[in-house]
Amino acid sequence: MAVSTTRPAAPGGRGGGPARARRRDRPGPLRRALSAHWYAWAMVAPVLVVMAVLIGWPLARGLHLSLTDATEANLGRTIGVNVIPATYEFVGLDNYLEILTSALFWDKLGWTVVWTVACVGLHYGIGLGLAVMLNRRMRLRSLYRVLLILPWAVPPFVAAFIWRYLYNSDYGVINGFLALAGLDGVGWLDDPTTAKIAVVAVNVWLGVPFMMVALLGGLQSIPAELYEAAEVDGARPWQRFRAVTLPGLRQVSTTVVLLGTIWTFNMFPVIFLVTGGGPGSETEILVTYAFREAFTGIRNYSGSAAWGVIILAMLVVLAAGYRRTLRRQGDPW
Amino acid sequence: MVKSRTRRRGERGRAASIGLHAGLLAAVAVSLFPVVWLVLTSLKPRDGWLSAELRFFDDPSLDNYTRVLTATAFPQWLLNSVLTAGLSTLLGVFLSASAGYAISRFRFPGHRSVMWLLLITQMFPVAILIVPLYNLMAALGLLNQIPGLVIAYMTIAVPFCAWMMKSYFDSVPIEIDQAGMVDGLTPFGVFWRVVLPLARPGVAVTAFYCFITAWGEVGYATVFMSQQDKRTLGVGLQQFVGRHWSDWGLMTASAVLIAIPAGVVFLLVQRHLVTGLTAGATKA
Repeated sequence: MAVSTTRPAAPGGRGGGPARARRRDRPGPLRRALSAHWYAWAMVAPVLVVMAVLIGWPLARGLHLSLTDATEANLGRTIGVNVIPATYEFVGLDNYLEILTSALFWDKLGWTVVWTVACVGLHYGIGLGLAVMLNRRMRLRSLYRVLLILPWAVPPFVAAFIWRYLYNSDYGVINGFLALAGLDGVGWLDDPTTAKIAVVAVNVWLGVPFMMVALLGGLQSIPAELYEAAEVDGARPWQRFRAVTLPGLRQVSTTVVLLGTIWTFNMFPVIFLVTGGGPGSETEILVTYAFREAFTGIRNYSGSAAWGVIILAMLVVLAAGYRRTLRRQGDPW
Repeated sequence: MVKSRTRRRGERGRAASIGLHAGLLAAVAVSLFPVVWLVLTSLKPRDGWLSAELRFFDDPSLDNYTRVLTATAFPQWLLNSVLTAGLSTLLGVFLSASAGYAISRFRFPGHRSVMWLLLITQMFPVAILIVPLYNLMAALGLLNQIPGLVIAYMTIAVPFCAWMMKSYFDSVPIEIDQAGMVDGLTPFGVFWRVVLPLARPGVAVTAFYCFITAWGEVGYATVFMSQQDKRTLGVGLQQFVGRHWSDWGLMTASAVLIAIPAGVVFLLVQRHLVTGLTAGATKA
């Protein structure tokens, strides 16, 4: 295990780190602090510059755009020597009002929530099940592990195309199997319900390996003595799982569930490439819808920026709420 | 009594063993089937994909591969993708390792805000950043340029990787740094010559993550690389299965060719994946 929690001198250990640091910082005068910290800043600086230029500025600009009526048509641009000035105007919160009062938004939000909960739930459940199985001593264990992680190595866009082919109603192998069993083929991606099931299945296939690997690592860091002690106390397997395994996985679980939620909420390629949002715009989640808004037809820059801000706001609230709950339960995270 | 119980823990009844292996085999079947079917389809003759019949290998041919490599722009896209992913990996590892080290080792003013910034950045949806970023790239003349795309990918990969590297460095005892300093190395020297080599598994995982991110990204690439000869694989491949015309033979053959480099990189680092991600995920 690379994780070691027994180093009193390490500054980055969880929990006590900041407190220790504060103690160390206090006695030093400002100049000493500067000379002590310049190389720290020098090492963080490249990242911060990249972040500031590529995220800070676009974010500010996106916020600004979302308060205007900018589209492709009225954004300033330069064609040859002719400079066409921008003619879009500040419209305040109109974009937000328009979005929040449209049925479309609530529709998409509902499906996005269902999509996120279904995907993360299945990721976590299946990932945990496989991790527990892989954590046993047995033959061919490392082979199983490699084969199970493999979907992760397949780039999402390739996976999306593979699955689209598998789902194909005329040539797809899934319908091939159905035909073999004497059943009629299903137009998987033509019906809203089956299309939704189909995209969730693709995303589950893609996302389980990450969960499995992370949880497997978590399982391996639970000391065997705890299990032995539980056994001596007469705990049955299910009790051991609930009393030792689940609490031991808590730290990993909280992180991967939060990350998984954010990633799934923003999962772009699966939906964009498997169904293209179709049939109609039934499988479109908020992110793909905002993308389509920005880059198809007359590009509606302000509208898509407003969608983006709303999505971001929801995620930040979600993460903050999640963190608060954890804190209240006494998690140092 | 305790002894006999602890011994029994490692063993299982025959039924439990069979159940365990059956469960894992079923999972392996699901995880492998799409990939296997992809390879089989790509080896069918030119119009072989036009059937869902479950025939294997009755008429294997490399026809699809020769067509992809000679009659399409695939080699150009491949080159673009390799360059993009390679540069992203180098730059990503460098940036996230140095930032991760600084966050792990130094308690400088603003330390906590940097950590929060990195975490929050992961939440930014593509949709909000893409338009301003597009305008920014246009203003800098970086549209249809590989470096432009690489820089854009840094915003996706670096925050997560920096967290992961930080946890790695946390697991390297600080006494090692101190020993290096005593021997007269500068802070950068300690980082570069002592700590970084010790954190090699972390570097491997970070490299894998950067590579896979850049290799599989579609959204930014679709928008930034509109010029035909600048497309990356994720963008170009969409042409093979358009709305009006599709050739799944070309598609499957190129998908296999794309999955191979990713698979090779993956096999090289998979040994480190479990430890790496745990360290990363547990503390992130």
